[in-house]
Amino acid sequence: MIGLTHYLIIGAALFSLGVMGVLTRKNAVNVLMGVELILNSANINLVAFSKYSAGNLNGQIFAIFVIVVAAAEAAVALAIILSMYRILKSVNLDRADTLKG
Amino acid sequence: MDTNLLIQVVFYCFAVVVVGSAAVVVFSRNLIRSAVALLFTFVGVAALYVFLGADFLAATQMVIYVGGILVLLLFGVMLTHKLYDLNLRSETYQFFPAMVVVAGLFGVLVTFLIRTRWHAGGESGGVPTTAMIGGLLLRDYLLPFEAASILLLIALIGAAMIVRRRSE
Repeated sequence: MIGLTHYLIIGAALFSLGVMGVLTRKNAVNVLMGVELILNSANINLVAFSKYSAGNLNGQIFAIFVIVVAAAEAAVALAIILSMYRILKSVNLDRADTLKG
Repeated sequence: MDTNLLIQVVFYCFAVVVVGSAAVVVFSRNLIRSAVALLFTFVGVAALYVFLGADFLAATQMVIYVGGILVLLLFGVMLTHKLYDLNLRSETYQFFPAMVVVAGLFGVLVTFLIRTRWHAGGESGGVPTTAMIGGLLLRDYLLPFEAASILLLIALIGAAMIVRRRSE
């Protein structure tokens, strides 16, 4: 039978892969993809806890707020990446090492 | 065929899709391939929400992640590379140290997830959640709801401000 632990392990796997993406990638867009994976793993955990707590929907509400913050984060991060590309002609994160571009 | 067994088979299929495509996102050298694999991850997570009885969240996941954030990421990939640059490569660095750290992290997480005796308060599911979520958002969570709408407005204006061309 599928239990809470199954969902939590999928969440842990997604989280680890997201951390891997954030740690190893040089391309800023790819790092953003890793962050999205991490947010999705947190959402899976929240919704799973919501299901296995006898119809308490607070977890799903939290997941909705996480999605809202993820949308805002993606928009602002892409704006920063485009701005960085215009200034540096590159999205390599190693090259963004000055505060005043 | 036993329905329970069928449900388990479908669940494991989606679990493999989610984790496998997430691995492609992380390990693929090609940026476009990463973005397309991310599509499968998001759809798989939406399917997991269906398994968890969260119908509204599954629809939200499809609309916002697949329809919004993924398209935004693809725009990001396209706009930050020359169009004739066909092999959109992404370099990796610190690969093996990161691998070791992440494998350790995953091992610790799974060990404690399995060892913990979760206080399960009984399963729920099978009932439509949209009306209940709407009620909760406009009653118990009204202040966070309004704060989230203001956050979205700020993000909208901020993103437009950051990318606009400065006329000097």
